[in-house]
Amino acid sequence: MQWASWSAFFNMGGYAFYVWFSFGLTLLCMAWEVLALRKRSTQALRLSRLLAQE
Amino acid sequence: MKINWFKYSSPQTFYPLAGKMIPWFALLAAGFMVAGLYISFAIAPTDFQQGEAYRIIFVHVPAAWMSMVIYVVMAAWAGLGLALNARLSAMMAQALAPTGAIFTLLALVTGSLWGKPMWGAWWVWDARLTSELILLFLYLGFMALQSSIDDPRRADRAGALLALVGVVNVPIIYFSVKWWNTLHQGSSINMGAAPKMAATMLLGMLLMALAFWMYTIAVALMRVRCIMLERERTADWVKELSVKEPSGVR
Repeated sequence: MQWASWSAFFNMGGYAFYVWFSFGLTLLCMAWEVLALRKRSTQALRLSRLLAQE
Repeated sequence: MKINWFKYSSPQTFYPLAGKMIPWFALLAAGFMVAGLYISFAIAPTDFQQGEAYRIIFVHVPAAWMSMVIYVVMAAWAGLGLALNARLSAMMAQALAPTGAIFTLLALVTGSLWGKPMWGAWWVWDARLTSELILLFLYLGFMALQSSIDDPRRADRAGALLALVGVVNVPIIYFSVKWWNTLHQGSSINMGAAPKMAATMLLGMLLMALAFWMYTIAVALMRVRCIMLERERTADWVKELSVKEPSGVR
């Protein structure tokens, strides 16, 4: 383990903003992309279902 | 066993196959991600020059690698679609573009967040940064061009040409740190030379890169399934599927 305490870990040697922003944004983008694709798939299927019922 | 590959080149047969593959790649992505983050934060030592700020490398370098790899794969699918007039290949190219654009943006933003504390600047117009920015414009151009043409087959052909011409930018990005004097540091890994970084740092970076690879495959398959549904909306197989599987989850 590299860290003396949790607060040292969150502080990232004074670079907390840069490090956590980088990792946070990356994970946020990935989560958003997956959720957006699920929604897109549901919508596409719903539209096809409407077409099928016509 | 002889596999008839052409069987899977029709959207109707590829759709369920892709659906079966997605959970496996998602699982692999999650596994590599957990291992990669653990190594990145708990095991890899502090850098003697850059302190803890260097840990940005564990997202920055894999994102930058993916931005280039995805572009080459996208252009290859687009070229294949153009040469063989295969619609599934063109759909694969279309499915990869947004993910490639996201990784390009992430490489640029995380690079900026690394540049500020280390160089004292969010952005400099050096060869590496500028050519990566051009890559983002190529992705956005490809997506905009495809969506601006109503006929999907014509959109595929126009997009393929743009994608293929843009490939010239990828070696420029890769070799920019060698060809020009850049503020950006040299390659993290050189083929044919022993890595200059600690083994655990390298391992963390490779695990994160693998996680991004698996994530990309899972997400591209999800998106290609959406594209198939949207493009073949009036086809019988889509109508039957939509009635049979109304939730559309996965």
